[in-house]
Amino acid sequence: MEPIIQMKNIEKHFGSVIALNGVTIDFYPGECHCLLGDNGAGKSTFIKTMSGVHKPTNGEILFEGKPMHFEDPRDSINAGIATVYQDLAMIPLMSVSRNFFMGNEPVKRIAGIPFFDHERANETTMAEMRAMGINLRGPDQAVGTLSGGERQTVAIARAVHFGAKVLILDEPTSALGVRQTANVLSTVDKVRKQGIAVVFITHNVRHAMAVGDRFTVLNRGKTYGTAARGEITPEELQDLMAGGQELATLEGSLGGTV
Amino acid sequence: MSDTSSADERIKQISSLRSALIRPELGGIVGIIAVFTFFLLFAFDSGMFSAQGVMNWSVVSAQFMIIAVGACLLMIAGEFDLSVGSMIGFAGMMIAVFGVSLGWPMWAAILITFAICIAFGALNGYIVVRTGLPSFIVTLATLFILRGFTIFIPQTLERKTIIGGIREAAEGDWLAPIFGGKILTGLFQWLGDIGVISVFARGNLKGQPVVDGIPMLIVWALGLVVVGHIVLTRTRFGNWIFAAGGDAQAARYVGVPVNAVKIKMFMFTAFCATVFAVCQVMEFGSAGADRGILKEFEAIIAVVIGGALLTGGYGSVVGAALGALIFGVVQQGLFFANVESSLFRVFLGVILLLAVILNTYIRRMITGER
Repeated sequence: MEPIIQMKNIEKHFGSVIALNGVTIDFYPGECHCLLGDNGAGKSTFIKTMSGVHKPTNGEILFEGKPMHFEDPRDSINAGIATVYQDLAMIPLMSVSRNFFMGNEPVKRIAGIPFFDHERANETTMAEMRAMGINLRGPDQAVGTLSGGERQTVAIARAVHFGAKVLILDEPTSALGVRQTANVLSTVDKVRKQGIAVVFITHNVRHAMAVGDRFTVLNRGKTYGTAARGEITPEELQDLMAGGQELATLEGSLGGTV
Repeated sequence: MSDTSSADERIKQISSLRSALIRPELGGIVGIIAVFTFFLLFAFDSGMFSAQGVMNWSVVSAQFMIIAVGACLLMIAGEFDLSVGSMIGFAGMMIAVFGVSLGWPMWAAILITFAICIAFGALNGYIVVRTGLPSFIVTLATLFILRGFTIFIPQTLERKTIIGGIREAAEGDWLAPIFGGKILTGLFQWLGDIGVISVFARGNLKGQPVVDGIPMLIVWALGLVVVGHIVLTRTRFGNWIFAAGGDAQAARYVGVPVNAVKIKMFMFTAFCATVFAVCQVMEFGSAGADRGILKEFEAIIAVVIGGALLTGGYGSVVGAALGALIFGVVQQGLFFANVESSLFRVFLGVILLLAVILNTYIRRMITGER
């Protein structure tokens, strides 16, 4: 299988700080690739490089085999790379339907003047939400009334609806309760089965293990390599994330609960 | 899938009262009913509801409406413009300087004034989005800069701060009547002739109706409200206005050109202020350096009464228009009812406070915050 996106030897420097020091990862369609790492490991910088927010200092990005140079997020969105950020996905005061089509509003021409086609937007939104298992009171329900998990799901459904080939999820489960997390993880599973490459950023090993096909651990701007499902145990992942040793001593006192 | 099987048992059905409550226009509608009830009860015989009286408060309300539409869309896009009042004074003075002092044809003076003022609006917007500073501060600076120029330019050119002779200069111009003219004059003459509205009994206006047409000011106000409302609720650009004010970063992530939207709204606010100014100088026949003082706050108050949130992302043009109407009716109504006019300011302060509290409560209802 051909990788849809290849990140080759990506380096990113912010002044004298080296945030990424040569990271190479391939992402495949229909797979959920988990990026793990502790705070400050470079996960966010890495996905921002993928989504066009940052330009890499060195290194190459190949998208469907061709080198890509993203000038801004718009370029990567047009190429089919969608990013769902943890708390910046939706606008609470706006309706679900207005949020869903934000930036991609369907248009109906009346006397040559383009109007927002609310009817089509509402129908599509309701259908998409039902498919994702969210029951809305109506398409004009404000996003603010949805739970955190539902908002993530709406954002994911939106990205998929608008033709994302690569879906980057930035810590989608970190602020969610158990049931909401389960919903988001099952959404990730549905999306992966549609042949979309999912990049799942988390620092929770159990969430990664639940849906991941491949796992890459970042630490201090470098990668510890990529393991496929079954090649690595949760304990090994946890150790890699925390840099091994320190956690081993901690774990003694916490009884392996971390 | 039928509606019943898709219903979620955890979602309470909301009452129709509650869903009516979360419309942004609610405050405005309630206010209108209260204000009209009050004045119909206490000032019915004062002449406030005669043809002349109605025209009187309609014109004042229309003035508020014109600047409220601009302020409303800008506030929903998440920004303020405190330079509206200065812009009104400045625009009026530009008309006088070009049309009278420099002797340009009036249409050219009007067009160059629009161009200059909209450019200042764009500059406001550009500085705000470039620096990321609060628009409050940036436009406060513009407030002083424009007011300064409005006094300095006529002082330098004419050694005075009021320039007259605009009506004479506009005589026979093709563009000026679009701001200073009246429509439906024939209809009003006919209404006078058949006795629906009273006519002047003597003097050189003998036989003419006391209200001889709809001023273009009112036409502009209603036109701006209708266009503003349609753009906001029925176009993609309207969705971008909500998005830019609701959460600029989230909007940028999905490709909404937030900066361009905000700059355009600053330009539109400047456009509205200029429309106000041109109508005003055409009516008065002169431009004064002190015109438009405090108008920025009156516009913002009308918008807030109309249900918009000061924090952006939520509001309604129709609501803002209702706010402007309340404003105009009360200001003129107190005059008709012979109430001390200083009490109008007390009323303003109280109603502003009530509106903001109501809006905050409504916001909690929409977003489900507790």
